[in-house]
Order: sequence, then structure tokens, then C-alpha cells
Amino acid sequence: MEIVAILLLCAGTFFYLTGTVGLLRFPDFYSRMHATGKSDTLGTLLSLLGLAFYAGFSFTGVKILFIAVFIFLTSPTATHALLRAAFDSKVPPWTKDGRSLRDKEVRRK
Amino acid sequence: MTNELFLDKICAILRQHTRFLTFMAFLSTFIILFGFWIFLSGLLDPFHLSLGAISCALVSRISGDLIFSQKKADRNHLSQIFRFIRFLPWLLYQIFIANLYIAFLVLHPNMISLIDPHIIRFKVRLKSDLFLTTFANSITLTPGTITILIQEGHFYVHAVDRKVADDLMTGEMEDRVARIYQED
Repeated sequence: MEIVAILLLCAGTFFYLTGTVGLLRFPDFYSRMHATGKSDTLGTLLSLLGLAFYAGFSFTGVKILFIAVFIFLTSPTATHALLRAAFDSKVPPWTKDGRSLRDKEVRRK
Repeated sequence: MTNELFLDKICAILRQHTRFLTFMAFLSTFIILFGFWIFLSGLLDPFHLSLGAISCALVSRISGDLIFSQKKADRNHLSQIFRFIRFLPWLLYQIFIANLYIAFLVLHPNMISLIDPHIIRFKVRLKSDLFLTTFANSITLTPGTITILIQEGHFYVHAVDRKVADDLMTGEMEDRVARIYQED
């Protein structure tokens, strides 16, 4: 049980680390949110899962799982809200060819 | 003259009715939140209970109209929940892939030449709030894409490179999310 907990915590920390490195390396606000928004979600989920395993299937473990569910629901919304705020205040996205918006049609099989 | 009086009366009743509904929404939100607070804290002394009551009242006051705003009762609510649960494993798998992909991009020494961030815009089929929310959250959680804006049935999505944008454009995820909320 403890070994599983340690492995999950290590995996969670690894994703936190990539999130931070991505925050430093990516070129603009929008792509930085890709790094932090996503790795934070999975990092937190894995760490909490590890802690839940460590606590065992007790009341504390159930509480930790509740926190994981709420993180899972709120984290993408928060990421979206930040990007939306940047978009509304016209932060220019970094692009390679200078065209920021592409119209696409959904392909149907 | 009597007509106007009559109308005034109806308006007053309606206003009272809405106020009553708002109050009921506030009260039910408060009860749910407070029950959850007691469940999580497990402390029943006056200090912690009053802390909980104050914060639950604040939250219910601000967002009490969120949970109970939709008056339309849904017949196939239960089967929707069931189909949503069946959708979850796929979503979790996608989240895992997303993180590995982002980790790969982040740690790649030649990262700048690999990424090609841009915003794409496309139309969606369904219009219900629940569908749009689930779809937007699923997009944000999956590889390299984040929903920015939903306007008049158009999705504005920021994609970190061409490949993930093209993956989204196959419409697989939209189909999967649409399947949860489809009438059958």
C-alpha cells in the first residue's frame, strides 16, 4: 500500500515539475496555460490518490477522493476562465505565421 | 381602471412568487452545502458550525441561483448520468495522454520548432448548456487544446500545434459527448 502511495506521489510531483518547466519555456501566455493547467490537474489527482491510498479506505480517504473530484471539475473551468480573460483583454497569441485564427469545418466520417 | 388594478395585483403576486422561488433556491443550496460541510468537518462545536453557516450562507447568496435555475425537469436524467459514467474512463485516458504529450513537448530540447500555437473556430451541433459545458471541459482536459470562448454556437479553441487541432477536428470527442446527451 505504501509503495503504491509513494509511486503515485512521485508521478504527481513529476507532472508538477513538467508544469513548472513548461511555464518557464513556452513562448506566450496561452501556451503556458497548456503546461500549467493540464499538469496541475493530473499532478493533483495523482498526489491526492497517493494520499488516499496512504490513508487507507477510511473516512479521511473518502474525503480526499471528494477533493479529487472537485479539482477534476473546477480545474479546467479555471484554466478556461484565465484564457478567456486574456482573450477578452486582447493579449496577442504567439504564432509562427502571424495568423492567429483559423476557421475549421468538423470532418464527418 | 379595474383592469390596471387587476394587472398590478397579478404583477405583485408574480413578484412575490419569484422572490419565494429565489428564497427556496437559496434555502435548498444552503441546506445541501451545510450538510456537506458537517459531513466533511465532523466537528459539531458552535465555533465550527457558525463558521460553516456563515460561509455556506455567503456562497448560497452569491450562487444560489445556479443549481436550481433550470426549471425544465429532465426525463432521462438517470440514463444521462449513467452514460456520463461510461464516458469517464475514456476521458481519464485522454487526460493521461494529454499530460504525457505536454510533458514530452515541455522537456523536448527543440520545443519551439515543434509547437505551432493557434486559435481555431468551429461550429457545434447541440445547444444545451450541459452539453456545451461538458464538451468545453473535455476539450480543455485533452491533449494541447483549451476552450477560450463559446459564442453563438461557435467554439474558439486554442491549440498548441497542428496535430492536436486536426485530432479535435475529426469530431470524435463531439460525437462521444453528444451521445451522452442525446435523446433516445
